[in-house]
Amino acid sequence: MSRLWARRRAAGEGAGAWLAAGSVALSLLLLGSLLTLLAVRGLGHFWPASVALVELDDGRQLAGWTVRELPLPESEGRERLYFTGNRDRDGDVWEWLPVARIAAQTYPPELVVLERRRWGTFIGRLVAVEPGPETPGWESETAAPGDTAWARLAARLAALERLREARETLERETIRPLVRRLEADPEDTAARRALAAASERVAHLRAAMDETTLVLESVDGRRFRQPLVEVLAATRPNALSPLGKLVAWGRGLWRFLSEGPRAANSAGGVWPAIFGTVLMVLLMSLLVTPFGVLAAFYLNEVAHQGRLTRLVRIAVRNLAGVPSIVYGVFGLGVFVYGIGGTLDDWFFEDRLPSPTFGTGGLLWASLTLALLTLPVVIVATEEGLARIPAHQREGALALGATRLEMLSRVVLPMAVPAMLTGVILAVARAAGEVAPLMLVGVAKLAPQIPVDGDFPFLHLDRKFMHLGYHVYDSAFHGDDVQAAMPLVFATALLLVLVILVLNLTAIFLRHHVRTRHAALSRQ
Amino acid sequence: MNPQAIPEEGRPTVKATVSRPSRGPVIDFSPEASCFDIEGLSLAYGDSPALEALTLRVPRHCVTAFIGPSGCGKSTLLRALNRLHDLDETVSHAGRIRLEGQDIHAPEVAVDDLRRRVGMVFQTPNPFPMSIYDNVAFGLRLRGVLTRRRRDDIVEWALTAAALWHEVKDRLRESAWSLSGGQQQRLVIARTLAVEPEVLLLDEPASALDPISTLKIEDLIRSLKGQLTLILVTHNMQQAARVSDYTAFLQQGRLVEYAPTDTLFTNPRLARTENYITGRMA
Ligand SMILES: Nc1ncnc2c1ncn2[C@@H]1O[C@H](COP(=O)(O)OP(=O)(O)O)[C@@H](O)[C@H]1O
Ligand SMILES: [Mg+2]
Repeated sequence: MSRLWARRRAAGEGAGAWLAAGSVALSLLLLGSLLTLLAVRGLGHFWPASVALVELDDGRQLAGWTVRELPLPESEGRERLYFTGNRDRDGDVWEWLPVARIAAQTYPPELVVLERRRWGTFIGRLVAVEPGPETPGWESETAAPGDTAWARLAARLAALERLREARETLERETIRPLVRRLEADPEDTAARRALAAASERVAHLRAAMDETTLVLESVDGRRFRQPLVEVLAATRPNALSPLGKLVAWGRGLWRFLSEGPRAANSAGGVWPAIFGTVLMVLLMSLLVTPFGVLAAFYLNEVAHQGRLTRLVRIAVRNLAGVPSIVYGVFGLGVFVYGIGGTLDDWFFEDRLPSPTFGTGGLLWASLTLALLTLPVVIVATEEGLARIPAHQREGALALGATRLEMLSRVVLPMAVPAMLTGVILAVARAAGEVAPLMLVGVAKLAPQIPVDGDFPFLHLDRKFMHLGYHVYDSAFHGDDVQAAMPLVFATALLLVLVILVLNLTAIFLRHHVRTRHAALSRQ
Repeated sequence: MNPQAIPEEGRPTVKATVSRPSRGPVIDFSPEASCFDIEGLSLAYGDSPALEALTLRVPRHCVTAFIGPSGCGKSTLLRALNRLHDLDETVSHAGRIRLEGQDIHAPEVAVDDLRRRVGMVFQTPNPFPMSIYDNVAFGLRLRGVLTRRRRDDIVEWALTAAALWHEVKDRLRESAWSLSGGQQQRLVIARTLAVEPEVLLLDEPASALDPISTLKIEDLIRSLKGQLTLILVTHNMQQAARVSDYTAFLQQGRLVEYAPTDTLFTNPRLARTENYITGRMA
């Protein structure tokens, strides 16, 4: 036995190897379960859940879907949590029910789920689609069979979507240029007239959108009217085929990715946050790379390699360990109040006391994170520079290159992979950073993304949304944290994916640079 | 090691100026016939001396070999000839080096000009991470040879001179690092030739190469000597015997014996030299 053991150790399969392999396996397992949890809890939210019609032992009826089930304290039974929607009618969207009290549970196909701009989800029956609130005698139409009402609702929703697009196009392509013309020349009467006409058309469209009203009925028989403009989406989950559910799931996911948040960040999408995160990280990379690379070149190639340089090097390495909130405070004090305040005094005096650059914004956040990641880039680039063999430099010098030519034509190109490694590490660190951003420019709600068609197109002074902060905000500061929870998971998953994509882009870039000289790894 | 004792009458050709002094281990050339004229060169890395009072003249358009045990200062001497030591602040030197009569440390000598005139090939092939073409054109671009036609011509000429053209003419745009070690070393020589140096310093150029590549490099050295002065550092006695016209034997930073190659190898004057050569030859 001991001989076998000895042979194994000789073959490099000792306890150390097992321990190392075990650690790797454990890390992978943790990572895998983290992503699985995020994916299941987050992405599952968009799957159209079947709506149960529950009848209690006392005859009361309610509709909703099961969220979870727990054993009742101090008794045999269990208790189920239903999501029942209809906040405007019930005041609450949750309902705990003891399982023992449920007399029957069915899944009638005619139950509709509406997502509304205000009041959130409606669960119940669609009674009728009304042409307009002023139309007299709408009561008589309530006899219309459910299916036709559903068909009309679908048609109306599509029409509504077209109206919305028409209005947005009008605003983007006609009204905004006119407003800009007027700002430049307030006397331009032609523009003023055109603007008035366009505004009237918009008002007209809006009125057309306001026309339709739905008559809804909750499963316990209460009826009410709902303006269609408020409705964002309508489904009948119980009537959907699996394929239909999949389509609905995809559509829900797409809306999550492409729309702005609603209901104090507890519903709706995260598009502005995705955009803000990516833009800020890109800006940060653009800022940190030249500074970091120049600093590394100075430390490694220019500075006298004495005690002072060594000291600076140690200081830089230690900067990497400073807590990020400290950078946030620094950014607030120096960038926002110091530089931003001065900029406002000099260039934006007419807008004071409301600050332009003297408040948190995209530029200051990117700069703060650039500062935060500077040590990473410096250290990585310096390591890359140190790895470049002396004979490469001497080869260039021996051909009559000056120091500057040697650095720029031989050393710099050879250091590019190391620089990109630094940027990869910087992106990985910066993209997940939330704490400093809270001080220097992230916003709870900034539905207007910082890039648009208005000069100067990229608005560095604007506040922006960030996925990491969005997770924090919707998890702790919404008015219905329970309802926001799935979105928190989905947003967290998205944050991980965005960082992954950003990193993969940089890694791909580095790979591309490396393969240009295929034999680099041989050297 | 006594330059004063050696007659210095200037004669027109190199061969004719080889004078054999009656005593002493060192031959000498007239200043007119020599390319490098090194006088009393001492060099130290910090406190440790690497060269001590070295005096010798290197004849123009010949191959001169420096031999000697490892660490005797051959590379140090070679690097002093194109001032590569300038980069290292710990290096101090005394004495004088003249290139074609001019002191290379004179203030009016620009170091990058000097290095262009005195090309150097190192032990490890060091092509830059660029295409083969760009490697050869590197020095040309530095010198401002910017017309495409002219550059193409010089690149072809240099690669032909380095006996590499036929192997690479169809892959000039490929990475230089895709070449074999021997090809890389010839590429480095081509790169150096492209800036048309007067002197080519070769620091054990073949020691990292296989025998066939080594022979190619040796052929190349022989073919170049009519056009420029070559100084070869080598550990390989056969190589020194095969390609060089004159050989200098160094030991512990001092010049021990300097003679025409066949004399030094067949009939060394000093027992030290003989011991070293026979030891290495065996
Ligand atoms: N960069 C350096 N710093 C300090 N000492 C050096 C350096 N390069 C060489 N030396 C020393 O100088 C002496 C001569 O070295 P070198 O010229 O490389 O010898 P060779 O090329 O003949 O083998 C050796 O003792 C070596 O240790
Ligand atoms: Mg050496």
